[in-house]
Amino acid sequence: MRIALFVTCLADTLYPDVGRATVTLLERLGHEVVFPPGQTCCGQMHVNTGYQREALRLVRHHVETFEPVLAAGADAVVTPSGSCAGAVRHQHAMVARRFGDEVLARRATAVADRTFELSELLVDVLGVEDVGAVYPHTVTYHPTCHSLRMLHVADKPLRLLRNVAGLTLVELPAADQCCGFGGTFALKNADTSTAMLADKMRHVLDTGAEVLTAGDVSCLMHIGGGLSRLRSGTRPVHLAQILAPTAEGSR
Amino acid sequence: MSTFLGMPGRAHAPAGVGMLHADRPFPAAARAALGDVQLRRNLGRATATIRAKRAAVVAEVPHWEELREAGRAVKAATMASLDVQLEQLEAAVTARGGQVHWARDANEANRIVTDLVRATGETEVVKVKSMATQEIGLNEALAAAGITALETDLAELIVQLGHDRPSHILVPAIHRNRSEIREIFTREMPGVPPGLTTEPAALAGAARAHLRRAFLRAKVAISGANFAVAQTGTLAVVESEGNGRMCLTLPETLITVMGIEKVVPRWADLATFLQLLPRSSTGERMNPYTSLWTGVTPGDGPQAVHLVLIDNGRTAVLADEVGRQALHCIRCSACLNVCPVYERAGGHAYGSVYPGPIGAILTPMLTGVEANPSLPYASSLCGACYEVCPVKIDIPSILVHLRAEHVEAVAATGRVPSPEAVAMAAAGWVMASPRRFAAAQAASRAGRLLGRRRGVIGALPPPLDRWTSARDLPRPPAETFRQWWARERGGRR
Repeated sequence: MRIALFVTCLADTLYPDVGRATVTLLERLGHEVVFPPGQTCCGQMHVNTGYQREALRLVRHHVETFEPVLAAGADAVVTPSGSCAGAVRHQHAMVARRFGDEVLARRATAVADRTFELSELLVDVLGVEDVGAVYPHTVTYHPTCHSLRMLHVADKPLRLLRNVAGLTLVELPAADQCCGFGGTFALKNADTSTAMLADKMRHVLDTGAEVLTAGDVSCLMHIGGGLSRLRSGTRPVHLAQILAPTAEGSR
Repeated sequence: MSTFLGMPGRAHAPAGVGMLHADRPFPAAARAALGDVQLRRNLGRATATIRAKRAAVVAEVPHWEELREAGRAVKAATMASLDVQLEQLEAAVTARGGQVHWARDANEANRIVTDLVRATGETEVVKVKSMATQEIGLNEALAAAGITALETDLAELIVQLGHDRPSHILVPAIHRNRSEIREIFTREMPGVPPGLTTEPAALAGAARAHLRRAFLRAKVAISGANFAVAQTGTLAVVESEGNGRMCLTLPETLITVMGIEKVVPRWADLATFLQLLPRSSTGERMNPYTSLWTGVTPGDGPQAVHLVLIDNGRTAVLADEVGRQALHCIRCSACLNVCPVYERAGGHAYGSVYPGPIGAILTPMLTGVEANPSLPYASSLCGACYEVCPVKIDIPSILVHLRAEHVEAVAATGRVPSPEAVAMAAAGWVMASPRRFAAAQAASRAGRLLGRRRGVIGALPPPLDRWTSARDLPRPPAETFRQWWARERGGRR
């Protein structure tokens, strides 16, 4: 398959290793990865903070970037983020309709229909649960809210993790509780956000895992930022970075 | 009195009466609540218990999703014909000997009820737990007219005796533990037994003895209603303690105050909601007491039966195409119990009789968003509320919609844009162009000057200090993804 990578603005800028791991993984599985260089941001932060007019041009830009790539033969768009996949699928057409642009809404829906979060692409589209990865560490998995409740990825990431050689998976207590990130929520309601983070970190540390993984760098940036402040020694690692390495050490 | 309904409604619930207008923004109120260790322990324990109970009894219904969809469909159809349903309800109640009164807002409703009580010559009323009467501040209005209103629901009694405010829709004293309740009873309850312990049975016994005296002398009762059937004129109250049954049967006069959205078209619709409500709210298969009454039954029960229908901003909510589904709410509080924000900040932080996720949308829509602008932001948009709602109210989407309404309302005032609005506009401009975005990424690499020792950024200036007060940020990498791609795969797209 030819797969277009929507790396997300956050991973592009702060977590390039996540994008590189996604490319490594998909190429190892025999697929062609393309990176449309015009891509920027899905506009989720704008929508969720109330700035839909500003989001509208980001929606249009996203559609205009990925529409031609799909038309030129890409089979799917993949993004290593449940939250950004959720924005594309559940917000883009809504934003267009708020401003009466039915044509853009339909184009956005067409792009959204072929946009997948990484674990969805692997399990649902490519039909693979064992990606041949090796990762000799103790890992716990946090199901991010938008992966869980907007995309309904359910146990797909866990099925992928269970097939990784050398990996010991430990269950995260109260896993389905939000970590308190919520985009600008972490700034606007910093105290409540921090209280939610404290409970999430307590559960993560209770597992004794070396590595905390998830399908979103945003939530990992939040929980990982708290764990780093505590000098806890538990590292945040994106799902793609666990699925990419193999016995030969290729990354 | 003219009927407000059906008029192109934009009238919001008035300020200065009732319990819908928060006196301070959510973040400030939450900050204070988060410092109360006892409150957080009480709430954490209580919500965890009720969450588990709900999950267990919902899991045993094989067709739960179909049931939710049925509930949603009945409510949507009702809202689409609300004027017709209400007139039918009025006709049916009147035909059975009841009297229907229409109240545009809280002030009008309070005046109607006060006049009805005054006409009986009584100065004391017993009350069934009711959100609508809390919303309009009825107890305070009655007190101003020299009428004492006695709450008979155990949790409402605890709140009333403690000179407190309710903090949960179903369990208004959820923020109190047994020791605190014992202390309130000992201090405030007339005729409290000496040496009262914190045993639940002992506390309930004390309340029962206190309330029994009130039930036997009451001539007037005031209730809310969970449902009103337009077809038959039947009103319904579901409850757990039996205090409602006492109030609804013993007094001579019964006054029911109900929001106009509580009507359902047909008797058969109750079958759907009486399955959805108890499992979602108390985590029970069936609630212990379901009371149904239709007008006046000669020689049996109250002989004067009144229904006060209140709008108080509901028609304005109905006019909002995205937000109107908030009127589907059956006040089960499942969304409160699963909400990570509610669990930590508690109900008082919302400054309204309706706390939690449903409160964060319903309150600002009833009052107008600008009267409660911080409430739509009191959520991380985690979506747990939508998942449990028995009538499938898409709370996260309405929160996002109300945030947009707020931003647009502020922009329309023509005031100088806030720093946030400037930042959002700038970010939107930058992100709309890959060239500008790459330039901004290059600029962000100045951040590499920070955090060189630990490899993370531990302190930033305001407003980003709200992040770094508790969390580190990664140091920007030497190379962005797009730079790596251009270097490695330069020739290819």
